[in-house]
Amino acid sequence: MGQLAQNLTDIGYMDTLAAGFTRLHRLDPRAKLLTTALFIVAVVSFGKYEVSALLPFLLYPVYLAAQGRLPVGHLLKKVLLVSPFAVVVGIFNPFLDSGVLLRVGDFGVSGGWVSFASILLRFFLTVSAALLLLALTGMNSICEALLRLGVPKAFVVQLLFLNRYLFSLTAEAESMSRARALRSAGRGGMGFGVFIQILGHLLLKTLDRAERVYRAMLCRGFDGHIRVARFSNIGRPELLFCGAWTALFIVFRFVNLPVALGQAVTGLLK
Amino acid sequence: MSHHIVEAQGLRYSYPDGTPALEDISLRVEHGEAVALVGENGAGKSTLLRHFTGCLFPAAGTLRIGGLPVAKEHLTEIRRAVGMVFQNPDDQLFMPTVFEDAAFGLLNLGVSEAQLEGKVMGALETVGAAHLRSRPPYRLSQGEKRAVSIAGVLVMQPDILVMDEPTSNLDPRSRRRLIELLKTFKHTRIIATHDLDFALEVCGRTIVIHKGRVTADGPTREVFGDEKILRLSNLEQPAALRKCPACGG
Amino acid sequence: MHMADALLSPAVGGTMWTVSGGLLAYSAKKVREEADDRKVPLMGVLGAFIFAAQMINFTIPATGSSGHMGGGMILAILLGPWSAFLVMASVLTVQALFFADGGLLALGCNIFNLGFFTCFVAYPLIYKKIAGDGLDGRRIMLGSTLAGIAGLQLGAFGVVVQTLASGISELPFKTFVMLMQPIHLAIGLVEGLVTAGVVSFILKARPEILAAATERKPIGVSVKGALAGLTAAAVLTGAALSWFASANPDGLEWAMLRTSGKEELESGAKVHGLLASLQEKTSFLPDYGFKKAEVVHEPAAEEGGTQAAPEAGEQAPWPAVDAGTSVAGLVGGLLTLALAGLIGFALRRRNAAA
Repeated sequence: MGQLAQNLTDIGYMDTLAAGFTRLHRLDPRAKLLTTALFIVAVVSFGKYEVSALLPFLLYPVYLAAQGRLPVGHLLKKVLLVSPFAVVVGIFNPFLDSGVLLRVGDFGVSGGWVSFASILLRFFLTVSAALLLLALTGMNSICEALLRLGVPKAFVVQLLFLNRYLFSLTAEAESMSRARALRSAGRGGMGFGVFIQILGHLLLKTLDRAERVYRAMLCRGFDGHIRVARFSNIGRPELLFCGAWTALFIVFRFVNLPVALGQAVTGLLK
Repeated sequence: MSHHIVEAQGLRYSYPDGTPALEDISLRVEHGEAVALVGENGAGKSTLLRHFTGCLFPAAGTLRIGGLPVAKEHLTEIRRAVGMVFQNPDDQLFMPTVFEDAAFGLLNLGVSEAQLEGKVMGALETVGAAHLRSRPPYRLSQGEKRAVSIAGVLVMQPDILVMDEPTSNLDPRSRRRLIELLKTFKHTRIIATHDLDFALEVCGRTIVIHKGRVTADGPTREVFGDEKILRLSNLEQPAALRKCPACGG
Repeated sequence: MHMADALLSPAVGGTMWTVSGGLLAYSAKKVREEADDRKVPLMGVLGAFIFAAQMINFTIPATGSSGHMGGGMILAILLGPWSAFLVMASVLTVQALFFADGGLLALGCNIFNLGFFTCFVAYPLIYKKIAGDGLDGRRIMLGSTLAGIAGLQLGAFGVVVQTLASGISELPFKTFVMLMQPIHLAIGLVEGLVTAGVVSFILKARPEILAAATERKPIGVSVKGALAGLTAAAVLTGAALSWFASANPDGLEWAMLRTSGKEELESGAKVHGLLASLQEKTSFLPDYGFKKAEVVHEPAAEEGGTQAAPEAGEQAPWPAVDAGTSVAGLVGGLLTLALAGLIGFALRRRNAAA
C-alpha cells in the first residue's frame, strides 16, 4: 500500500515537473525526444570495457537537470531505486572475467570489474536521460512528438488514454487495498483470494468506466477518430539544441576526451 | 424555436435482462425552461437522461427532441442539439489537457483550427476556467473539473443542456458558483439531482420520477411542498422550505 | 525481468525496436480495420487498469515474497491479440518513462518479450486451443494457467538471448538459462493463476463480457504473412546493424573479436596467422585482445601505447592497455566528472539568479 501511494505521488510529481516553464520545457518535444534517442544510442554503442569515454556523456543529463531546474536529489533517488536488472546480471562479470585489464602502478583491475563499472555507468546515463526527458516534456507532449514522427495514431491515442486514466485507476487501486489493509487487523500481506477479488472488482469498475467514457465521447460527436489540434513548431531553439548536442555526442563518441585530458595533465606533471 | 422542445409520450424502456427501468413517461419541456428531475436512486433518472442523448432508444412510446424522433437516423442532429454533462467529470474529461478536451467536440463538428482558439477560450471564460487551459484534467479540483466539463459541452452551442447530478462532490463554494452560472444560462436545462435546495434555486419546475413513472410535475415550490410525494421517493424537503425549528415560523 | 539498456548493444536493441515497431504498426492497422469505436476508450482504460493492477501485491504463502499480475494474457482474452499487443506496448512504454523500467532502447525488447510471446504465441496457440470459444470455467482456468506459464518462459528466454547477443554480460548461456527459466516458471505460474482467477471472477460476475470477447473475430490467416515479413525485417536490420558494428570496433562484433583474441593466446602461434587473417576480414580492429594486457605489459613500457598496432595504423589503441594510459584515463575521468559537476552547479546558479 505504501508503495502504491508512493507511486501515485511519484507520477503526479513527474507531471508537476513537466509543467515547468524553462526554455527546455518549451522546446518542441520532437527535439528532446530525438536528441535523447541519439544520446542513448551513442552511450550503448561503446565497447563493453569502456568507462572513461562514457564520462563526458554525463554532461547531457547534468545540463538538462540544471537548465530545466529539476530537483536533482529526487531524480537521483529515483534512478538508484529502480530495480536494476542490469546490476543483478552485471555483478557476475567480475567473477567470470578475471583477466587483468587495467593497471595503475602495481595494482591490476580485472576486466570483469571494468565491464561491471561500464554497465553501471550506462545504466545511470540511459535511465537518467529517459527520466529527464519525461520530467522536461511530460507524457502528453511526448505523445504529440510520437504522432508527428509518424508513430501510428492508434498507438498514440492508446498512450494518451492510458496516461489520462492511470492516475484515476491507480488511486482506485490504492483506496481498495487501503480499505483491505484497514480491516485486516494487522495481518500483514494480502492473500491470493482477496487479491483476485480486488483485481476482479477493479476490472469490472474499469469496464464500466470505459462504457461511460465511450458514451461521453459519443455525446460530443465521436465518430471513431480522435482529432488532435497542436500548435508547436520546430524553430531556431530546436535546431540549436539538436545540432549542438549531436555535434557534442559525435565528439564524445569518437574522441576519448578524459584520456586526452589525463594525458595532458600527467604530461605536465612529468 | 421548436428545436428547443423535449417531448416524451408513453416512453418505456427495459434493460436487456428484462428489468423495467421506465414505465410510461410522458413530459414536455419548453424552450428555455429549467427543469429539475428528482427521484430516489434507481428511479430511472439516468436511464431517461440517456434517452435524451440517444445513447438508449425507447422500447415503446415516442421521444422527440426539437421535433425529431430520437432514432439512429437523427443521432447527429440530436447530439448536436443536446449537450450532456456527466455525473463524474472524470468520465467526460478524457483528453490530455483542458483546452483539448473543450476542443474535442468542436473538432468533431469540423470547426476550422482558426476558429477553434476563440470558441474554446470563450467557453472556458464563461465557466471561469480560462486559466486552466493547459492543465491536465486529472490534476484539477472537483469544482474545476465540473466547470471544464460544462465548458466542453457549452462550446458546441447546444440548445438543450442535460446534467446528471451536477452538484455532487462539490464543496459549498464551488456549488454556489455553479448555481450562479446555471442561472445565467438561457438554454433549456434538464437537471437530474438529489440536491433539492439547488433545484429550488435554479429550476422553476420539477418532475418527480418514482419507479419509472412520473409522480409529480409542476412548479418546484409546489412539488416540494407535497411531503407525501417526497417521502415516497426517499426525498427530504429542502431546508429553505421547512418551518424554522426555533421560532416555528 | 525487464531488459535493460545497460546490457544491450545497439545492434540487438535496434533489431528488437524494428521488430516491435513493425508489430505495433501492423497491430494498429488491424485494430483500425476492426473499426470498433468502443475499443478506443476500452483499450485506454484497460491499459490504465493493467498499470494500476501491477502495483497491487499479494503474499505468496510460506515464501515471504510477493506476487503481482503481468496482465498480458488478461488483455488478450478480453481484447484479442492485436489490441492486447497495443495496450501492453503502451503500458510498457509508460513504465519505461515513469519508472525507468528497463530504459528506452530496451523498450523494443521488452515489448517483444512481454507482448509478442503472450499475445501472438501463448494466447492463440495455448489459451485458444484449450479454452476454445465456449465459456467452460475449467477449460478457461486450465488454458489461462498454461498460457501464462508459457508466455513468461518464452519471455525469459527472450531476455537471455538478447542479453547474450549483446555481449555486455559475461554470463555463459547455460548458467543464464538455468538462472532465468526456473525463476520464471514460478513467476509464470503466479501469472497463470492470477489470470485464471480474474477471468473466472469475470465469468461469474459478468459472463456477457467474456462472451462478447470470444465472439470477436479470431486472428486472420494473414498472421503467417505478417510474421514472415517481420522475420525478414528483423534479419535485415540485424544484419545491417551488425555490419555497421563490424565497421565500428564495438558492439556485437566486438564480443566475438575478444573471444578470438583469447583463443589466440591459448593456442599459440600456429593458428595465429589464420585468426589474424580472419580478423582482418571481419573488422579492421587490430588484434590486441585486451586480455593480452598482462603479456604485453613489459614491452609497453618502451613503446608507449602503440606497441600492438602494426595493422592499426593511425587507430588510437585501447586506452587501458598500459599503465601510462590507465593512469591518464583515471585522472582524466575524475577531471571530467568534476567538470560536469561544476558545469551543473554553474548552470543552476545562473538559473537561480535569473
